[in-house]
Order: sequence, then C-alpha cells, then structure tokens
Amino acid sequence: MTAADVASVDDDATLRGMAPPADVPTPAPAVWCSGLRKRYGRQQAVEDVSLEVGRGDVVGLLGPNGAGKTSVIKMLLGLVRPDAGEVQLLGRPAGDPTARARVGYLPELFRYQPWLSAAEVLTLHVRLSGIDVSAPEQRDCLALVGLAERAGDRVGGFSKGMQQRLGLAVALVARPELVVLDEPTSALDPLGRVDVRDIVLDLRSRGVAVLLNSHLIGEVERVCDRVVILDRGRVAASGTLAELLGQRELRLQLTGLSAKGQARLAATGRVEREGDWITVTLPPDDDGSAVPDLVRDLAALGVRVHAVEPARITLEERLLGILRDGAEARAGGAA
Amino acid sequence: MTRLRTVGTVAALTLREASRRRVVLALIGLTVLLLAGSGWGFSRVAAETGGSALTSGEARLTASIMLNLVMFGYSLVAALGTAFLAGPTLAGETESGIALAVLARPVRRSDFLLGKWLGLVAFGSGFVVLAGLAQCLVVRATTDYWPPRPATALALLAAQTVVLLTLAVLLSTAISPMASGVVAVGLFCTTWVAGVVGGIGASLGNESVARVGTVSRVLLPTDGLWRGAMNAFQDPTAFTFFGDGGGQAFPFLSVAALTTSYLVWALVWVAMVWGLAAASFLRKDL
Repeated sequence: MTAADVASVDDDATLRGMAPPADVPTPAPAVWCSGLRKRYGRQQAVEDVSLEVGRGDVVGLLGPNGAGKTSVIKMLLGLVRPDAGEVQLLGRPAGDPTARARVGYLPELFRYQPWLSAAEVLTLHVRLSGIDVSAPEQRDCLALVGLAERAGDRVGGFSKGMQQRLGLAVALVARPELVVLDEPTSALDPLGRVDVRDIVLDLRSRGVAVLLNSHLIGEVERVCDRVVILDRGRVAASGTLAELLGQRELRLQLTGLSAKGQARLAATGRVEREGDWITVTLPPDDDGSAVPDLVRDLAALGVRVHAVEPARITLEERLLGILRDGAEARAGGAA
Repeated sequence: MTRLRTVGTVAALTLREASRRRVVLALIGLTVLLLAGSGWGFSRVAAETGGSALTSGEARLTASIMLNLVMFGYSLVAALGTAFLAGPTLAGETESGIALAVLARPVRRSDFLLGKWLGLVAFGSGFVVLAGLAQCLVVRATTDYWPPRPATALALLAAQTVVLLTLAVLLSTAISPMASGVVAVGLFCTTWVAGVVGGIGASLGNESVARVGTVSRVLLPTDGLWRGAMNAFQDPTAFTFFGDGGGQAFPFLSVAALTTSYLVWALVWVAMVWGLAAASFLRKDL
C-alpha cells in the first residue's frame, strides 16, 4: 500500500470531510484546517495540508526534518501567515485572536524573558490569556513540571531543560482546551520525557486536546490516538494508530525459493528478505485466507517452508515505509 | 477592556525589562555624571560673572549655550538608550523566539506593538524630562539662570525621543536588533549634522545649503524638535550678541520657535511611521 493509498483510506477516518464544522451540533474540533499552503521564497514549505484534532484527542504530527510540521503549527497559531487555507481553533476562525484564549503552546524554539522569574513568566502569560488563574494554581503548574523550587529564580539562569519545563508550564497554566507541543522533549533527560508523557496522558484524561510534534516516535506511539505524517509539506498519511499499524505482516523461513515462489510472495504484498527469513505485508482486506493460501502455493511451487510467524509493524517502520514510498513515487514520476 | 489590558501588560513589561536589564541604572549613572560635570562648569561661569569678567547678558548667553549643549548630551543619551532598547525588545524577541509564546496568546500584534511603543515612550520621555528638569535646577542653583519656557522645552525633548524611538521600532520590525539601533542613531546624528549645515547655509545666505537642513528636518523631525527645544531653553536676547544672521550658524542656539504646522507634521510623521511599523509587524512570519 502506498502513502497515497493510506491517505485516501484515511480520508473518512481522519480528515472527516473538509467542510467547516460550524453547523455540527457537537463541539467543534479543537483544530480544523483545510488547504494550508506556505511558500518561503522558492521553497514550498507546506502544500495543501488539511487536518483535524478532535476535542480530547491526542494527535501526533510526524515527518522528517523540513517536512513542514513546525510551519503548520505556526500557521495554526497565527504566527505564520498562510498563503492559502483556512484554520479554526476551538470552533473559531484563527484570524480572531480570542480563538487562542484556551490554547497553550510550547514552541520548538523555547525562550522566555530572561529578566523575569519563572513565576513572573507564568503571571505574564495568565494576564495575556485573559483567564483568571490564582497564584496557588500557577505554583501548582510550576510544581507539575518540577520547577516549584525555582519559581523565584530568573529564567536567564535556567538550563535548556529547565526552560523547556517552564515552557510546558506556560502552555498548561491558562487552563487550556488545546495544547500544542512542538518537540516538547528535545532538551529533556529520560526522566523529563517520562514526565511529559504523563502530562500528555493526564491532559487526555481531562479531555484536553493535544497536538504533539515529536521525533520520538516511541513516545508518539505510546500517547497518541491519531497520527498525521507530513512529507515535503504534504499529508503523506493520517489515521488512528490502529488504521496505520493495522496491517499485519508474516515472517516466513524459506529455502529453495524459486523465481515463481518470489513472484507469489510479491503478489501478496511488500516483501523484505534477510537470508532465509522473508517478511511479507498482508493485504488490508485479508479475510483470513491469505496465509494458508500463500503457504499452500509456496509448498506447491517446491519451496520448503520451515517457519511461519505473524508479525506487526511498528510506527517507526510504517513511517519509514511511507516516506520511502513517497521518495520512490517522486523518483518514478521524475523518470 | 481585554485589549487595553494587553497593551498595559506589554508596556509594563517593557518598562520592567528596561529596569531589570539595568538600562535605568546605567542612565542614572550617566545623568549623575553629566549633572555633576555641568554643575561644576556652570559654577565656573557664575564665578566669572561674579568677578565681573562677563556682563550679565554675556553670562545669560553662556548659560544658554551651555544648557543647550548639555541638553544635547541628554537627548543623545536618550536617543542611544531608546534606539538600542527598541531593537532588543522587538527584533530581539522575534529572533530569539521569546515572541512566539507571547503572540500565540489571544493578543493582537498591533496591541503588542502599541504596548512596546508606549513602554519605550514612557521610558525615553520620562528620562529626558526628569534629567532635563534636574539639569535646569542645577543651572538655576549655580548661575541663577532659568529657561524662559522650560515645560515646552522638555516636552519637545520628549517628542524628539518619541520620534526617534518610533523610527527604531519601525526598523526593528524589518531588520536585526543591532542594525536597527545603529541605523536609527546614525540617522539621528545625520539629521543633526544636516541641521547644522543648513544653519551655516542660512547664515551665509546660501539657499541651496540652507535647504539641506529644511529637508532633513521634514524627513526626520528629530532635529526640528531639538531646535524648538533649544529655542525654549535659551535666553531670548541671545541673538543680540551676534550680527545679522550670524547666530544661525551656531549649533547650540536656535533662531525661531517651532511653528504649529511643524508640530502637526511631527505628529503625523509619528502616526505614519507607527502605522508602517504595525503593517510590517502584522505581516511578519515568526
């Protein structure tokens, strides 16, 4: 299955149609955007990106460097002007700044006023958000990210990791209904990463939507309900983890594999070979007959079948497969 | 109400930044140094007057020139202070990423810019008014000279600072923090020199050279406002000591008070440049 196939399969599941959801009686999605485009000089950074984050959903944004993830996030938050496209945040057009009243954001480039203390930074953001958050609640927020003891210290003296923790507190302090985290663990140690994972899971349990951009695919796999994969500014694939990872694979140990046997394997799905071990991706519409049919046919072709094991691909493998398919499709198109 | 709170919060933040970054401390130090040095200088003028080396008219002229000279020092300090504060506070925050988290809040960029500008206006104007007033008091205590229109003079000094910092704000929406400070101060100095050149042209009756000063004062009103401030600081009889037109070439005396139309132009200039800064900042990708 190619990236384009996945994208089309997921149209129903993730993109859910691109009509603005204003007339829907259920709460509007936390994030809805359609047809986002952005060009920087000659470089097309974002090309027709549409995505949706439902209320209480945790959505991971994945893709290689330069895929346009941060540009998309900045366009959602009004920090970058899209060349085309529409954005709604929590049911309001993103052009209206009040749409961001209940949005928390941790930027990839996290820097806070070095001349302020951590507590003062939080107070500043509470004032700017227009939400009434008591001083004890602000202190609790600092404690949540492990900065309770440093509340009165100037941010200028903080390490990168501490500044990122402060950024997380800033994103959480004004009782957000949507939290956008752009590489939230890039400066954190393993303990910090676990803290972030727990915070994201806690947000999900409280019905807060999270859009998470991270290179740590394992973390995304652990906490995200859905994933959007960007490649070269386009949505290469999107869907729930079950939809993306639902493809089953079969590992077989074979000897005496003839050309006909190889053709029979290729007819089943993508084939990868390591010595005698062959991994075959099973078709998504398999009704349960694919494995016995394949084994029967291989045996009939004189291939000796030593072992047959079910396997499941990881999100990392799926991501790499989608990106590889995209590169091959571009190379094929160029040829 | 929310928008007003945003503007107020950002203005207060800008003032706090000036204070925490020790800009205020540095300016207080410089001011005390200038006050002490000029106090000693003025006391020497008073001593000469007491010894009958100078007539009372000459003493008033000397006090006027010295006062204008010292005030130019303050306006230069204010220009440097605000221009180099406007760069880091706007372009610096954009470059470093500090602005990302702030502008992702429910904040209009124009409100954010207005808050920054108001904070800088309060800081720069507050400095020149307080330091200028202290200087006037030092002059009064040492030479018994009191400017004829001190309130107007200090207001024009503050206006000059506002003009320059508005330019610095516009530049900082387009170029790097350091470049915006350098260009703003460079233009300030260039306009002042053009004003002096224009004065020399006027004293020589050369209209083309005189026009250099006139045009520069229209393009950037800092020198025009400065000349209005000097006129309000100086003794009205100062020019009787010079021949016809001779005083116009002198860089620390001003021939005429500002016209209302020029003041209106300065206001329009500030509004126009602020509008350009807002338009530039609104379109900026962060």
